[in-house]
Amino acid sequence: MSLDKATVARIAALARIRVPEDELERLAKELSNILGWIEQLDAVDTENVPPMSQSTDQKLRWREDAVTDGGIPEKVLANAPAARDGYFTVPKVIE
Amino acid sequence: MAGGPLTDLSIAEARDGLKAGRFTSKELVEAYLSVMEAARALNAFVTETPERALAGAEEADRRLAAGEGRALEGVPLAIKDLFCTEGVMTTACSRILDGFTPPYESTVSQKLWDAGAVMLGKTNLDEFAMGSSNTTSHFGPVENPWRRARDNRPLVPGGSSGGSAAAVAARLCPGATGTDTGGSIRQPASFCGVVGLKPTYGRCSRWGIVAFASSLDQAGPITRTVRDSAILLTHMSGFDPKDSTSVERPVPDFETAVGRSVKGLKVGVPKEYRVEGMDPEIEALWQKGIEYLTDAGMEVKEISLPHTEYALPVYYILAPAEASSNLARYDGVRFGHRAEGGGDLLDMYEATRSEGFGAEVRRRIMIGTYVLSAGYYDAYYLKAQKVRTLIGRDFEAAFADVDVILTPTAPGAAFAIGEKEDDPISMYLNDVFTVPASLAGLPGISVPAGLDGDGLPLGLQLIGKPFDEETVIAAAGVIEARAGFDGSPAARGGGGA
Repeated sequence: MSLDKATVARIAALARIRVPEDELERLAKELSNILGWIEQLDAVDTENVPPMSQSTDQKLRWREDAVTDGGIPEKVLANAPAARDGYFTVPKVIE
Repeated sequence: MAGGPLTDLSIAEARDGLKAGRFTSKELVEAYLSVMEAARALNAFVTETPERALAGAEEADRRLAAGEGRALEGVPLAIKDLFCTEGVMTTACSRILDGFTPPYESTVSQKLWDAGAVMLGKTNLDEFAMGSSNTTSHFGPVENPWRRARDNRPLVPGGSSGGSAAAVAARLCPGATGTDTGGSIRQPASFCGVVGLKPTYGRCSRWGIVAFASSLDQAGPITRTVRDSAILLTHMSGFDPKDSTSVERPVPDFETAVGRSVKGLKVGVPKEYRVEGMDPEIEALWQKGIEYLTDAGMEVKEISLPHTEYALPVYYILAPAEASSNLARYDGVRFGHRAEGGGDLLDMYEATRSEGFGAEVRRRIMIGTYVLSAGYYDAYYLKAQKVRTLIGRDFEAAFADVDVILTPTAPGAAFAIGEKEDDPISMYLNDVFTVPASLAGLPGISVPAGLDGDGLPLGLQLIGKPFDEETVIAAAGVIEARAGFDGSPAARGGGGA
């Protein structure tokens, strides 16, 4: 699969990463090379093979739906780049 | 102790010496703090925690004096800067987490402190553990304490746990934690001439470890001896309800596996690992490893792992896919770096993420986003998950016949800083022998087995059945004893780095 500049720009937008226009060409080439190398998987017959999402065959555990933590708003906000009055703050989103 | 420096002691020797009162934890910690300072040029540590180390040592000495010493009482350790440490900056060596100070402690590091260990500092790594050379760190590359004979160029320590491996090799700490997603403990251990053990997926809790690819990430120890890795693993392992993939099963005392007889056990040698154009020195070392195990009474069997060649492409779909999802949380709102400047919320996200992530991380997030995107999910992501099943089945079939598998750890020795930077795929090939066991979730160890023609260390890898770290440790102990590896790089703590 060879990616064009428009596709790279679309992926970058989906990933919320700003890519300057003059880097799209180089990035398209790099990503295309990696995808080309990855495509050797097409040679493998995976008919009737189930996908593996994790290596241990254990089932996810159930637990009590109970509060086990909390009441520490200062700790939660301590690393925020911007916070005010117990809230995270972000650029204005509602006019 | 034959009067050598305290920093030459193994963890087992330090532990026993502390218990016997031959020296104090404070003396041990002070010795390490001074060599850490002298070896700062290696850039192995990104944060040193001397006050915390000394306070911990004093507390340990009090407990030891009172006869209340715990298993690792007073033993100093370094922690990869991917483990959250309460009150101590944790960055994953990314600009996007610069300044992040966790309000909580990772389960694995907490277990080590509960056993009495003392933290010296946080070690450097490839940004978000994505790399095989420790050159993608926001805080600059780590230098391998080893140099080639007749060539003084600084070499990479491997990655991603490059700071941990370099620090252990240079005697800046007797042991360190690492994490391994596709080889990030084993490959740097091989490059630095130390032991690195990745346990079975689910053995160590992932809680509080900055996530890269959650279906693959596992913590493990990096040390100078097999025994020391066994000791640390015992105190890093165990069920944790806070990690949904943590496995609920008892943790053996792994140290008892060191020196255990391997007589009558079968070692598998996978023919597919004899890759075309293999370095003859690696091939010769592998053969030596086979001899060591045969001499110890093991039976050698050639085995086949037919899907080996597909492991790397599978990994480079699945790991970036999981990473693109895991790293979505870095948005400049709750923690870490936020880009300055005007614009709306979307502008802020995009600017923050392009400033905060380095080139390799951005590349992998974009690959991951692409293979998960509508229209490509089945062709890439689902396909890779199916081939992963086949790779797992290869190992299952092989382990019906053998108890442990022997392979080289890496296709070569440490390379110079700056080499292999132009082509991401040539860098990815470093993990060709370690990735398959990661995909299958199996335990693997790298044990130093010899030096190449340039005088650089090379490691051999042993892969075990799920949760059979003990056989891996026992067989690694045989290779360690027979190889008689004298891990003495040119640059070591207190020496001329």
